[in-house]
Amino acid sequence: MEKNKIDTSFEQCMKCTVCTVYCPVVAVNPNYPGPKQAGPDGERYRLKNPLFYDEALDLCLNCKRCEVACPSNVKIGDIIQSARLKYGNNKPKLRDYILANTDIMGSLATTMAPVVNFTLGLKPVKAVMDGVLAVDHHRTFPKYAGQKFETWFKRHALKKQEAYERKVSYFHGCYANYNHPKLAKDFVKIMNAIGYGVNLLEKEKCCGVALISNGFKDQATRQAELNLGSIRKAVARGEKVLTTSSTCTFTMRDEYEHILGLHNEDVRDSINLATKFIYELVDAGQVKLVFKDDYTRRIAYHTPCHMEKLGWAIYSTSMLKMIPGVDFVMLDSQCCGIAGTYGFKKEHYNDSQKIGQNLFRQIHDYAVDMVATDCETCKWQIEMSAGVTVENPISIIADALDVEATIKANRK
Amino acid sequence: MKEYDVIIVGGGITGAGTARDCAMRGLKTLLIERHDLTAGATGRNHGLLHSGARYAVTDQESAEECIRENMTLRKIARHCVEETDGLFITLPEDDLAFQETFIASCLKAGIRAEAIDPAEAIRLEPSVNKSLIGAVRVPDGAVDPFRLTVANVFDAQLHGADLLTYHEVTSIVKENGRVVGVEVMDAHTKTRKTFRSRIVINAGGIWGHHIAELAGATVNMFPAKGALLIFGHRVNNMVINRCRKPADADILVPGDTICLIGTTSSRLPYDQIDDMKVTPEEVDLLLREGAKLAPELADTRILRAYAGVRPLVAADNDPSGRSISRGIVCLDHETRDGIPGFITITGGKLMTYRLMAEWATDLACKKLGVDKKCQTAEICLPGSEEDARTDRKTAKTYGLGAKAAEGRHGTRSADILVADKKDESLVCECEGVSVAEVNYAIETLQSKNILNLRRRTRLGMGTCQGELCACRAAGLLAKANGCARRSVEDLAAFMNERWKGMFPVAWGETLAEAQFTSWIYEGVCGLDSFVKKEEE
Repeated sequence: MEKNKIDTSFEQCMKCTVCTVYCPVVAVNPNYPGPKQAGPDGERYRLKNPLFYDEALDLCLNCKRCEVACPSNVKIGDIIQSARLKYGNNKPKLRDYILANTDIMGSLATTMAPVVNFTLGLKPVKAVMDGVLAVDHHRTFPKYAGQKFETWFKRHALKKQEAYERKVSYFHGCYANYNHPKLAKDFVKIMNAIGYGVNLLEKEKCCGVALISNGFKDQATRQAELNLGSIRKAVARGEKVLTTSSTCTFTMRDEYEHILGLHNEDVRDSINLATKFIYELVDAGQVKLVFKDDYTRRIAYHTPCHMEKLGWAIYSTSMLKMIPGVDFVMLDSQCCGIAGTYGFKKEHYNDSQKIGQNLFRQIHDYAVDMVATDCETCKWQIEMSAGVTVENPISIIADALDVEATIKANRK
Repeated sequence: MKEYDVIIVGGGITGAGTARDCAMRGLKTLLIERHDLTAGATGRNHGLLHSGARYAVTDQESAEECIRENMTLRKIARHCVEETDGLFITLPEDDLAFQETFIASCLKAGIRAEAIDPAEAIRLEPSVNKSLIGAVRVPDGAVDPFRLTVANVFDAQLHGADLLTYHEVTSIVKENGRVVGVEVMDAHTKTRKTFRSRIVINAGGIWGHHIAELAGATVNMFPAKGALLIFGHRVNNMVINRCRKPADADILVPGDTICLIGTTSSRLPYDQIDDMKVTPEEVDLLLREGAKLAPELADTRILRAYAGVRPLVAADNDPSGRSISRGIVCLDHETRDGIPGFITITGGKLMTYRLMAEWATDLACKKLGVDKKCQTAEICLPGSEEDARTDRKTAKTYGLGAKAAEGRHGTRSADILVADKKDESLVCECEGVSVAEVNYAIETLQSKNILNLRRRTRLGMGTCQGELCACRAAGLLAKANGCARRSVEDLAAFMNERWKGMFPVAWGETLAEAQFTSWIYEGVCGLDSFVKKEEE
């Protein structure tokens, strides 16, 4: 798409209003005009005069459920995000900078993880963050790990990867790198067990989803270009680029083009979610997974909004169902309310919790041992609000996997 | 019975402007319209605030009138006008040498016309055909003819004039050869009434031909049909014209949330002026030529097609119609035909309505012995007055409905009362018409049906063409009129009227929208069966 060219998909809108029915924000906040008015209807007026831009568009949490619901293929969520970036008058605040720059904050925090984790958990600190930065005091920042995944990988795993003929590249994202390296390690464990070596990208920056939603378009564009450059090199080596986060995947595949106006069509199909990649290998009979006999859990799957948009929840759930000891429960697909950095903001906290209420109740009613989901921020939200452990399907598979038996089964 | 000084026949922009001028000069005035205001050519044109540039080469007099009135309207009708400026572009197939003649003629008529670099034209108006080889910038703009007419009538009423819509003049009453009034038929009650006045002004546009006949005079009118297409959003923000001798489909005008391409030009038999259809050939021509101005039009959704009739008048000394004037024609039938008390004001253009009204009112005043100066060029229309309010809300605190209403009613939007959240809710979502604005249009602007509401608010003019708003508006009208049955009939008539304009361009999204609409109204709400039952 040509840079700055307006998206005229709003012309396809039949005004059926189903998008507004599916909007999680409309259901809890009457000040939000809803995706139809904020998107296709509002766009006609903004084309007439930018003064028609409505600050209430900041209430959009970019879940894209409107786009999934739309029968006429209107890029409603994209229209709203683009309008916010183009016409929004609210300059991003220091708070937004901190929330959006997951990379910088992560690099700083991991070096002093115990101190940072302790400090961020302190009541007075939370009160200051609430009062000064408008980060809601109910929120706890995800814990930072003492050692970045990248550091661990270079020290302990990189050499071993040379033994594998088939390779994939891994876009680990910020969360797996700074906060939860176990997820990334689990990914490496599974890939190695099924006979695939793992490469990291030459350079990797945060996918930029938080930068886009907080109004830092230029920085998001720079990071996207860097990521695309690295991805292109991996693809040129014949490697697929896998991720363990539905949001990173969605951002690099769709938002790079639709919101940032970058060309990614040459590599888009090579950017894939790990569960989808592995499921397709298993489905084609190219690899086998062997699970432990003694792994038994009742697990519910929550579909993150961006997973719904990708249409890929079926791959993660099918993977989980392969584990013999898993008693699988599917939760209704609905937004958990956090939407990345949205729910961290004081002004959105109440909406955020109201949006997730039905989901939290359903999780409680199902009495599950844990919830599986492909998005890290959904994980934080559900753990905080439903009081249940949440894991990425990759970690669950890794825990349930009989590694030795799997290696044997895949040895040629 | 009230005896009027002047009765004006025709609720288009000419009649509205004349009613305002007469009322402002203290004449007891009655304006009569057989349908709704703007139902004729006034509501069926480009909405172009001509700079006069288009006429400069061929008709200096019209060009001079245009630019003068253009500047006047910017002042007195601020809320009806968008000062967009316009481009006259030269495409590779056009003769670039014409540009020089064009600029010279514009300057001679007093029209600012400046040749600009094609690259600069593309920067100013990114939708313009990038293969252009020349461009001239002129003070064209957009004017909303509905708003302009309503504001004129509203001001006339504020000055004591009376208005009768849905009253058709069936005969001109004469006593001793002198016109002394009109007989009208009330379209709703089917009853006849007579109104007396000292002067009758025929401002019937193309229908003025017939009204003159009723008075026993002959005004040779030559109906010229012009078809236009409305697109779903503003592709361009400046008016785009072709820099060549005026031809078909060479003006693209941005107007409110949409843009318009037009027009065609073809002679039409007089007996067909009430039933015009846009032909597939006209649609093809408009699209083909329009895409040359702004290529994006080729892929843009077309909301509807419509046609208007230009009231061209043959000069008195040429009954064959070969020499047709686009200028103002003000006929004193007393001197011309020996019919005292009868005046016809015709010809002219939307742009020169105020001047036409001034001529007609001057003549009426002379006959009535009234010596008052015309002030319509100095005093602003209601809605365009200097804004003296200090409690203006900031853009942050109000939504689409209020912002859109301010655009439509100017300073008068302060009279749109919002008591609670319900008043703020939208009736027409495409055009941002709130419950409060509909109620304002019903009470203050005397809207009796959905069609009236459309012309006074833009309700139903947006992308969905009434799909969501028409039934809501019908509900509000039913409440205001205390009659649900009439609202159902009104609703059915309105939806059929919307379909008439969609039919010539019913493909792609427009067809899907129409089908969805009919599914809602007929399938879900059973409107057709209800109307049928009523008929039985």
